[in-house]
Formats: sequence, C-alpha cells, structure tokens
Amino acid sequence: MNILLAIVIGAAFGAVLDRIGATNPTWIGRMLALTNLHLMKTILLAIGVGSVLMFGGQMLGLVDVGHMSVKAAYLGVFIGGLMLGAGWALAGYCPGTGVCAAASGRKDALFFLAGGLLGAAAYMVTYPAWKASGLLDSVAGGKVTLGTVPGSKFDGLTAMSGDVLGIVLGAAFIVVALVLPERIGGGGVAVPAE
Amino acid sequence: MPLNWKLGGLLLGLVFFAAVLLVKPIGVSTQFVILDGIIGNAVNPELVTQTEEGYSSTNAYLAKSDGKYARAVANPLNYSFVFVLAMMAGAFASVMARGGLGAEERRLPEIWRRSFGDTPVKRYMLAFLGGFVVLYGARLAGGCTSGHMMSGMMQTSLSGYIFAAGAFAAAVPVSILMYRKGELS
Repeated sequence: MNILLAIVIGAAFGAVLDRIGATNPTWIGRMLALTNLHLMKTILLAIGVGSVLMFGGQMLGLVDVGHMSVKAAYLGVFIGGLMLGAGWALAGYCPGTGVCAAASGRKDALFFLAGGLLGAAAYMVTYPAWKASGLLDSVAGGKVTLGTVPGSKFDGLTAMSGDVLGIVLGAAFIVVALVLPERIGGGGVAVPAE
Repeated sequence: MPLNWKLGGLLLGLVFFAAVLLVKPIGVSTQFVILDGIIGNAVNPELVTQTEEGYSSTNAYLAKSDGKYARAVANPLNYSFVFVLAMMAGAFASVMARGGLGAEERRLPEIWRRSFGDTPVKRYMLAFLGGFVVLYGARLAGGCTSGHMMSGMMQTSLSGYIFAAGAFAAAVPVSILMYRKGELS
C-alpha cells in the first residue's frame, strides 16, 4: 500500500515540478536573479495552500497530526542552507528538480546528479567531524514548530496555538504570492524557455 | 511556458498536502545517501550489516539513528526511495506529454545560452560542482528544498525557516552575478 502511494504521489510531484517550470534552470535562474518571480509566486502559493489544508484538516480531525515530521534546528542547518543555495544557483537544480530534469533528458542534470552523489558521499565520510564540532547540536529546542500544535509530538517554540498560527502563516504565504510582482527591475524576460 | 502560477501553486500545494495526509511530508535529498550506500554496499558488502536489533554500518552516517539509513540501503524498495524513482517517471511522462524537450534545450538551458553562449563543457562542469555543493549542504542541513523549505515551512517548523534564510541568502547574489545582466539585456 505504501509503495503504491509512493508511486502515485511521487509521480504527481514529478509531473507538477515539470509543469510549473521548476525542473528548468532558466526559470530557477530568473527567480533567483530576481528578473522573473513567476516560480516564486507558484512556490509561495503551494506552501500556503499546503499549510492551510494541513492545519485546517488537523483542527477538523481529518488529518492525522502524527504524520507531521519536523526536522531539528541546529547551526548546521543555516550553513548547509547557504551551501545548498550557492549550488542551487550555480547548477539551477536542487535535489528533487535535478532528478526530474535528468529524467526529462537534460544533459547538465546528469552532471548535477553525479556531483550530487559525490557530494552526499563526501558528507557521509566527513559526518563525524561535523558531529564532533557541535554544529549539529540542537538550538532553540531542536525539532520545534513556531506555535504549539495540539496532539503533536513536537514542542512549540511559543505557546501560541500551532494550528491557528499555521493557518495564519499559510494565508500570509498566499497573500505574498498574490502581491509579489512577477517581474522586477527593468522587465526581465517572459519568453517561453522551450 | 510553465503553468499559470495560480494553478501551478495550487497543484503543487495539493501534492504536498496529499503526502502529509496519506503518508508523511515529502523529502528527496536523503535518497542520494541511500543510493550511495547501495553502490557502496555492492562494491563492499561489509558496509551495511544486519544485526540482531536491525541494521548497522561501518559508516557512521549510515549507522546513525539506530541504522535508519542502513536499513533503507539494505531494503531499497521502501517508500522514500521508490518515491524518488516515481518522481522521475512522472516528470518524464509530463515532458513527453507536452512534446518533449528540444535538442537545444536538452544540451543547454536557454538562460545559460543567453548569458554564456554555446559553452556546454563549462556548463556541465558547473552543474557537477553545483550538485556536489547542493548535496553536501543538504545533508549537513538535514534536508533540501523539498524537505526543509516546502515541507518544513508548510508545517511551521523553525528549521525550515532557518534553512530558507540560508538558501536564499546565498542563491540570490550568486544568480544575480551569473545571469542578471544577460537576462535584462
């Protein structure tokens, strides 16, 4: 059953990443160089929609709170984020869009995957040094949500109702998606990339 | 041309919601480690071993969290690994359904051609380097754009916001240096 869901949800995710332009380095590059924010608006709306549905569903008892999976906060999250961001800009791919782009026939994505496998292997080998450095030690409570979600196994950073906060933040993402201009700084290009 | 952002964002949001409703939040970058482990274990069968309590590895990263990753290496037909394979199939089907990519686009993306011309070797070397830095960073951070940024911020997790701040702080200046002039000319 789980494998069937992996196939259905995974395939839907891959197809949607293709259709929104996220697997195309041209749209990633335009978003990150701030010349065309179409993809940024798409991503912000998606986070907002996902958040409102998930927290709304949890409040109504339709979504199992136990399915939440919150990752730990530690200093390495920020350092790793900086690294991922730099590589994302250089390559135009992140891990998920890179595998989809390779499947779409993009040759540069195959080089991205090869580099990615080597980078992941390099981390596996150097992991003990990071562990010893203390940069992987939890900060601010580690696996926390911004508010306290009823029934969740994760603590809240604040005592605010995590459900309500999740819906409010989700709505905020949707509003930002709506008001964010598509093009800034001189117009940019809207020519189809393919 | 990509889907209108309203429809595209709605569909993407529905996929992230469906994942957390039915199974668990989406994440991808761990599977690079699992594939490395599968390759490593094929070369050296001592890498991952079955113990009385489960699985372990001579590699400290695969062995961490009670051998969670070692278990996935030993059993590749698990949800998360199959999920990534299905993503590839879904993206392939979607590209084919809209007529496939042109030969030029498969060779070099348009944004690269506009700024750097027909220089595939430079592009492929940079994509390789970028891949290395992306996956090293993602494993250090404990997740990537899918797991930390999308799934994380959707769940209001603190780590997702920390990760997104770092990612955009680096990605925006690098992209501006690379492409802004070419894109606005």
